[in-house]
Amino acid sequence: MSTAADTGTTPALELRGVTVRYGSVPALSRVSLALRGGQVLCVLGENGSGKSTLVAVLSGLQRPAEGELLVDGRPVRFRSPQQARACGIATVWQDLAIAPLMSVWRNFFLGAEPTRGTWPFRRLDVGRAEEVTARAMAQVGVTGLDPGQAASALQAGERQSLAIARALHFGARVLVIDEPTAPMTVTQRALVLQSVLAARDSGLAVLFVTHSPQYAHLVGDRFLLLGDGRVAGDLTREDVDVHDLTRLVAGGDELSRLTDSLREAHQRR
Amino acid sequence: MTAPIEEASLSSSRRPTVLPVAPERLPAFGPAVPVVPRSPGRRLLDRVLARPGASALFGLLVVGLFFGLQSPGLLSSGGLATVLDVAAPLGIGAVAVGMLLVAGQFDLSIGVVAVTTSLVTALLVSELGLGIWPALLVSLAAALLIGAVNGLLVVSTGLPSFLVTLATFLVLQGSSLAVASAVAGSSRVTGLAGSSGWDSALAVFGATAQLGDGRFRISLVWWLLATALTTWLLWRTRFGNSVFASGGAGQAARELGVPVARTTVLLFLGTATAGWLIGTLGLVRLGGVQVDPALGAEIEFIVVAVIGGCLLTGGYGSTVGAALGALLYAVAREGILLAGWDPRWFQAFLGLLLLVALLANGLVRSRLRTAPRS
Repeated sequence: MSTAADTGTTPALELRGVTVRYGSVPALSRVSLALRGGQVLCVLGENGSGKSTLVAVLSGLQRPAEGELLVDGRPVRFRSPQQARACGIATVWQDLAIAPLMSVWRNFFLGAEPTRGTWPFRRLDVGRAEEVTARAMAQVGVTGLDPGQAASALQAGERQSLAIARALHFGARVLVIDEPTAPMTVTQRALVLQSVLAARDSGLAVLFVTHSPQYAHLVGDRFLLLGDGRVAGDLTREDVDVHDLTRLVAGGDELSRLTDSLREAHQRR
Repeated sequence: MTAPIEEASLSSSRRPTVLPVAPERLPAFGPAVPVVPRSPGRRLLDRVLARPGASALFGLLVVGLFFGLQSPGLLSSGGLATVLDVAAPLGIGAVAVGMLLVAGQFDLSIGVVAVTTSLVTALLVSELGLGIWPALLVSLAAALLIGAVNGLLVVSTGLPSFLVTLATFLVLQGSSLAVASAVAGSSRVTGLAGSSGWDSALAVFGATAQLGDGRFRISLVWWLLATALTTWLLWRTRFGNSVFASGGAGQAARELGVPVARTTVLLFLGTATAGWLIGTLGLVRLGGVQVDPALGAEIEFIVVAVIGGCLLTGGYGSTVGAALGALLYAVAREGILLAGWDPRWFQAFLGLLLLVALLANGLVRSRLRTAPRS
């Protein structure tokens, strides 16, 4: 399964045989994948299939028990999400990772604040932080926002914009998007998809974790199916259409069996 | 299923591969919905209410006015000196505890750390004949050790800090009473005034200044310094950002790589240092130490910080507010004394004040939390 984009270039980020265990239960077992610049890899799977663990590994929150991570072909070990971010891997977290009682700019730069002056007088560069935040928020379509206001005063869509703007700002190589579990409006979905495409078009490698095969098929170049922490399928856009993808994600044969039995029951009435 | 974007435009083949990308070059996208500005009056109200210390300042003005009218002696320079004398040690503890509360943790052991460390200092001087300065350094190290034990226990076990520091409180309380009576023969150690270096220690921790008929103590300066330092740390440094995030949104803080554990341990070191400072100020002032069991004093620091607008659940508060809370406490206590009321009313009054502060905090919190759903 090798397409033109696969050959030649070194992947921006690569996982080789990554295994993560919680206690003795493997959450991921021997997962390998490659992310290339300008490509969108969609990760699909049911709840508990290891999607969130995969995101945690990529963004440095979870250290794998086995296997290795390579950034631009060089093996790396992330000790904290800060190191992953310093490597240009930024994440839009499922819960958006926003502290509601802190201001918008504090949220934007949390964990990577710009400072000026020398220790012990090193202090936050508030002016620059506010300016960058306002600019980044304007790029994702939220204009006229006061960066000093509390994040809890933002509307749900604006909060999502904040999480995305932050990831786009810090992600120089790889953008990881774990689609929020909270119900989204079509506009909010569109924002997520647009951010995926904007990142792809500017050359970033994008990993998009989603529950929805329909949306995945709209933007994805490759599709990685996870089941019980294993790679259950690695497909390209040419391999599947949206209906095949839906069937595969929903458990394939099980769903068609369910559909058949429901249809029968319906006709009997 | 209605796709929000045309599929044709999505599968465009234009894919430049330039790395790394400056975020400025990303095209603007997303729903261009300008934020609807609020009315100026509403905005001002929001801003005022968003200040954690606002309710404490308001309460201070009301209580100060009330007792100022009841007993005019309160506002003379003598009355003011007494109020500030009561407020200073309490305020030093309250700003440290306030910062810890913002990070979502408790410390019940600060008062007993004050007693224990000053006992250590006193015994080192009276029994071993050490100079006051080396003895103070040793007791500071002991305080930091206690803080580190508290912090590391909380961080590594995930137990509620309320219980961990309650245990510390009991251990230190019991052992300092036992050690004092075993070594010194009573719960009281005195006679430090002649030790080497006492004069310089007196200048740093015990100096006073006469203004009118009021004698102002240097503890006031330490209190102001502590408030200024913690305020700067909290609002203007990366450490302060970590404090807010650790308390208000632990999961988000971990996801973004904020050093939650390190921040928590550092804050416990801070409260222990504040305890040592309170103890030292008392020690130098009295020329000795009296080990005096009182659990009530432990709660007072937290009560004062909460009156100052710190949320018990963390993520919100200010040390200026905590300092104002300490001042409010002192004004009410001295006001009741000077007005000639039964001083036992003070506790009831403090409870009432706490209740009002909690309700006010809840109001602020709900205002901050309420976000219109799209």
